[in-house]
This record gives sequence, structure tokens and C-alpha cells, in this order.
Amino acid sequence: MRIGILLLALLAGNTFAQTPAIPASELRSGVSFGSAELRAMQSDDFANPGMLWVERGQKLWQTPVGSAGRACASCHSDASLALKGVAARYPVVNASDRRVIDLEARINACRTSQQKAPALAAESEDLLALTAFVAHQSRGMPLAVSISDSARAFFDQGRDFYYARHGQMDLSCADCHEHNWGRKLLAETISQGHPNAYPAYRLEWQSLGSLARRIRACLFGIRAQMLASDDPQLTALELFLAWRADGLPVEAPGVRR
Amino acid sequence: MAVAPSLRPALAVAMVALTMEACLAADAQSSAYRVEGDGIVSPLTSSAGDPARGRALMAGRDAANCVLCHSIPDPAIRDAGDIGPALLGVANRLTVPQLRLRVVDMRQVNPRSIMPSYYRTEGLVLVAQAYQGKPILTAQQVEDVVAYLSTLR
Repeated sequence: MRIGILLLALLAGNTFAQTPAIPASELRSGVSFGSAELRAMQSDDFANPGMLWVERGQKLWQTPVGSAGRACASCHSDASLALKGVAARYPVVNASDRRVIDLEARINACRTSQQKAPALAAESEDLLALTAFVAHQSRGMPLAVSISDSARAFFDQGRDFYYARHGQMDLSCADCHEHNWGRKLLAETISQGHPNAYPAYRLEWQSLGSLARRIRACLFGIRAQMLASDDPQLTALELFLAWRADGLPVEAPGVRR
Repeated sequence: MAVAPSLRPALAVAMVALTMEACLAADAQSSAYRVEGDGIVSPLTSSAGDPARGRALMAGRDAANCVLCHSIPDPAIRDAGDIGPALLGVANRLTVPQLRLRVVDMRQVNPRSIMPSYYRTEGLVLVAQAYQGKPILTAQQVEDVVAYLSTLR
């Protein structure tokens, strides 16, 4: 009996610790903070500039590269089936080396180990295109990352980074995106900071860009030390972001300001 | 007396009742100042603040950029944020020493405040190389901003 109560208390404590600060009923995708024009641009595939990268990614998917002479499609035969839901589960812990990896890192790992081709540079057109193509196969599916077992330590690391104040401005991610979303920063409404649109086309960039690029823009804004796009700390943060957006639909390629 | 960041919440409470001396930011870039009550009575510089320069700093995107979060009563500023309170009438609500402490280090008044400390260099984490050891504003810029704020009646 006593053990049962203890277990119950432990479970309750655990559940509490694993509840995102913004409850599911109040979760809002970043697109809902945009203008009507922006929302229309995202929802119409002919107006969404991100679809150009998806198309490019589809071609790359079928093109053999590297000394192995294999295309992505050589192993993953029907992309629409093989890739459905994959982006909604990322980042994940890579089974072979126990590192946390995002979709971009997964694609590069496939290139180097399976295709025997050099890794693509962060933010390169080809990596953005392949990532957009893969993520697009999960469009509409709810984000659902795992934070159990080996992912837990990376999740904790990402959460700690999220709530810690950084940079000369001494601001945490939570200061803006958890405590002040919906308010105006100059003329722009602060969003809840969810990752479900990425890679996304940002009007400010006039290009598609990764979630890492978007996070780096925040680090720049608070005058913090820059993290490389593939820095494990940044990928851990991506994992935490995906978890706190649990249930939001994948919008990739999204459109943002 | 050096004040550790972890002591600031306690300090904020103590300051209301006591006059305390706090020598903060014993850094080459930001000199020490004295907190009395919940304000800084003595200006940080010998030359007086200039309200016109202060206004420009507050509206400038590369300087203090206060309008990111606060509106100011200025017809030239069309867009302003609403994260912090509107600054119209702020000089009626706060004295000059109170304004000075809030610009220098709002977190001493309220550790949970989102407002950055504009004249603090210690207790910061992972600061970009270009800004390491430097406060956001110089002592003269703080005085300029305070001079402008004190006109907002």
C-alpha cells in the first residue's frame, strides 16, 4: 500500500514535470500570428515559395549520388509511404552513435554512410530541398517526439537551455515565447516559438531556412554566443521545442514573416 | 560589497526598507555606482544627460531600442511594442534616481523582469564575443536615456 502511494506520487511528479507550460488547448502554431495574406500564402501550394524546394528535393531524392551510386529512392522506395510521419518524430537519438539528430543530420548521415557522398553543408540549397521534401511527406501529422529512454538526457539539456538566460540581453527563450507570446515586439506579435513549420520560407530571408537558422537568429538578437547549426546543444533545444509543441500539425514548408 | 546574482531577490526586498551600498560591476567597462533605497541618486557621469540624445537612443534600432517593448509619446515613432508599460507619464510615477536604477539594472528591482540590465556586465552567460565585458549602454548613454525619461510627464 505504502509502496503504491509512493509509486503514485512518483508518477504524478513525473507527469507534472512532463507537462508543457502551454497546455494543448492553448497551443497556437506560428502561422496563426501572421497576417491573412501570410496564412493564404502558406496554405496555397501554388503561392507557397517553399514548394519550390520540395520539388527540387523530390528530384534530388531520385538522383543517384556518391561512390555507392545510390539515390535516396534506391532504399526508400515509395517516399510518400516510407517517409510519412518521419518528420513528426524528429529529432531522435541515432541508434548507431547515441547522438541526438534532426532531419538534416539524418539526411547527411544517410549520404555519408549509405550513399558514400560528402555531407551537404548546413543551409545549402540541396540540404534544404531534401529536408523540405522529407518533412512535406508528414504535412498535417501531429508532432510526437519521444523523450523517453535515451532521449531523456537530450530533452533535459534542451529544456535547461530553453529556460536559462543567455547573452548580453540576458534573456531566455521562455522570457519571450512562454511568458510574453501574443504581445508586440515593435510591430510584430511574439509567437509561442513552435518548430512545426520548418524548414520554412521566411519573408525576411527571402528563402527557405532551417529551424537551426531560426534559432540562431534569436541567439543573434539576444547577443549570445552563436551555436553551429549542428551543435548538439542546438539539436537538444530542437527536441525540447518539438515536445512542447506536441500535437501541432507539421506545416513544412511553412511561411513566416 | 560584491553582490552575487543569487542574492539579488533578497536584495530587492531589503532595498525597500534600507539604504544600502552596492558596488556592482567592478568592471573596466562599467564603473561602480551606489544604490540608495530603490534608486541611484548620483549620476553615473559628471556631464549631464542630454534628453535629445536619450530620445534618439531609445528609438534607435541599434542602440537602446526601448521601443521594441515600450511605447514613447513621440509622433515620429509609429510602431512600438507593448511588453513593457507605456512610458508616457513615467516621470510622474518614478523619481530620477528610481528611473536610473531601472535603466541600469531592472533585475535588482524585480529579478523576474524581462527587461535587460543596460549597465551590467557580471552574471551574464554565453555572451557573444563582441559584447563580452561591455554593458549594453555606456554610462553617458544611461544618463542620456534617464534625462529623456525624466521629461515624460
